[in-house]
Amino acid sequence: MTALELRSRRPPVLRLPRLLAGMSYHTVTSLREHERQHGPLPAWGSSGRQRPDRLIDLVERSGLTGRGGAGFPTGRKMRSVAAGAGKAVVVANGAEGEPASCKDRLLLTRLPHLVLDGITLAASAVRASAAYLCVHGRETGLLASLEHAVAEREAAGLDPVPIQLAGLPDRYVSSEQSAIVHYLNGGPGKPTFAPPRTHERGVNGRPTLVNNVETLAHLALIARHGDRWFRGVGLPSAPGSALVTVSGAVGRPGVYEIALGTTLGQLVMMAGGPVERPQALLVGGYFGAWLPAEVAWKVPMCQAGLKAAGGAMGAGLVIALPDSSCALAETARVVRYLAGESAGQCGPCAFGLPALADAVTDLAYIGGRGRAIDEIACLVPLIEGRGACRHPDGATQLVRSALWAFGADARWHDHRGPCAGVRRAPLLPVPGGADWLDDEDAL
Amino acid sequence: MSYELRVNPIACTGHGLCAELLPEIIELDPWGYPILMSATVPGGLVMHAKRAAAACPTLALLLNRTGGRQR
Repeated sequence: MTALELRSRRPPVLRLPRLLAGMSYHTVTSLREHERQHGPLPAWGSSGRQRPDRLIDLVERSGLTGRGGAGFPTGRKMRSVAAGAGKAVVVANGAEGEPASCKDRLLLTRLPHLVLDGITLAASAVRASAAYLCVHGRETGLLASLEHAVAEREAAGLDPVPIQLAGLPDRYVSSEQSAIVHYLNGGPGKPTFAPPRTHERGVNGRPTLVNNVETLAHLALIARHGDRWFRGVGLPSAPGSALVTVSGAVGRPGVYEIALGTTLGQLVMMAGGPVERPQALLVGGYFGAWLPAEVAWKVPMCQAGLKAAGGAMGAGLVIALPDSSCALAETARVVRYLAGESAGQCGPCAFGLPALADAVTDLAYIGGRGRAIDEIACLVPLIEGRGACRHPDGATQLVRSALWAFGADARWHDHRGPCAGVRRAPLLPVPGGADWLDDEDAL
Repeated sequence: MSYELRVNPIACTGHGLCAELLPEIIELDPWGYPILMSATVPGGLVMHAKRAAAACPTLALLLNRTGGRQR
């Protein structure tokens, strides 16, 4: 046996965690600890030895895709921004909109330097002259700790392009990329009509690179270890690792770093296994989809795998729904929340989502005398694809998947009224969710 | 050369004039907002489409030339 064969047959060594390596779970990692763990920030900028566009080549070869939800190839996005007219702007999106997701928050509160490294690298790769890190404005504690981290780096002279912090308005849609650009341009932070697209004309009319903070953290490691290292875990079609938030009826809910391609079943077992027989998994987030447990178990966590199963990777969210919950009631509460989070700019979203929420709530809690499912089926195409952003489409996708995954349940509700599951306390977190007890509709 | 219709859903406030002027392509949803039954405008309707776009009080109906320089 040759040496080459030997190497290829070597059993996989423990290569994860990558992003979360050496992370302290209770305190923020200082710049010194960060450099001890990962090594110093490699110089790719104009002062460094290596040309900035080489970093874009590296990212393209690595196969890194956006970890915020859309899953667009990061290298290609960087290349189109770099080719745009005028000095570029880099925006790191840390305003995690998903109520149940906390991976971005974990990165920002525990490992800010990984994200800040990524911002500086992206800024040098696209030759940006301004860089922003956006989080929700209500998170004043997080903003203060990020300010401290930025100051640490300023003292060390790490960021040639100063990183500015921005607190976005507290709304689900304010983390949508055109909404962020709108806010940074002095607007109220609502999604805008495209074209122009943000990568062509964004902040101050300049080409703007908007990336999720986890994507930028991966970039910080790719710049250090290279593209081959990055592809060392995950699938050939979906390389690398990803952060996922697992919650619901599992033993150890939390944020896990997994190799892409890990099956949902393995992921649930990593998170302590089910604590009650699961009936379905919600994957991707509130814009994601329900997968029946028996289907979900073998589905690999990656864009293509989840899409084939009818789901979506989204922001890497997995929630296990136990048998005792009513999936339709859970869906109804989320759709009601999403309807309330509409920016109210587009008619089909502003009027369609409340109507959809009413229809799903009736189906779940009252029953539909055999008409509710048809009513929902009529509403969905009236909403889908008719907003300036994807907010309405996310809500309809969730409802669609609920009717598919829980078709028998839905028919039961429609003809016979609510099941016993509606009496259980809600599982999916919804901001201000404690008011399910004093819901106006219920009184 | 062909023409393509788009609605800017943010600008649109549901006046509904477009559906009056171009019923062949545009109908209104239950809330009064336009639904385009096809994006491309057949040759015979181009003049009507231009009139509908010009009549929109919020300039939310956009008629773009396709094929050639327009994307």
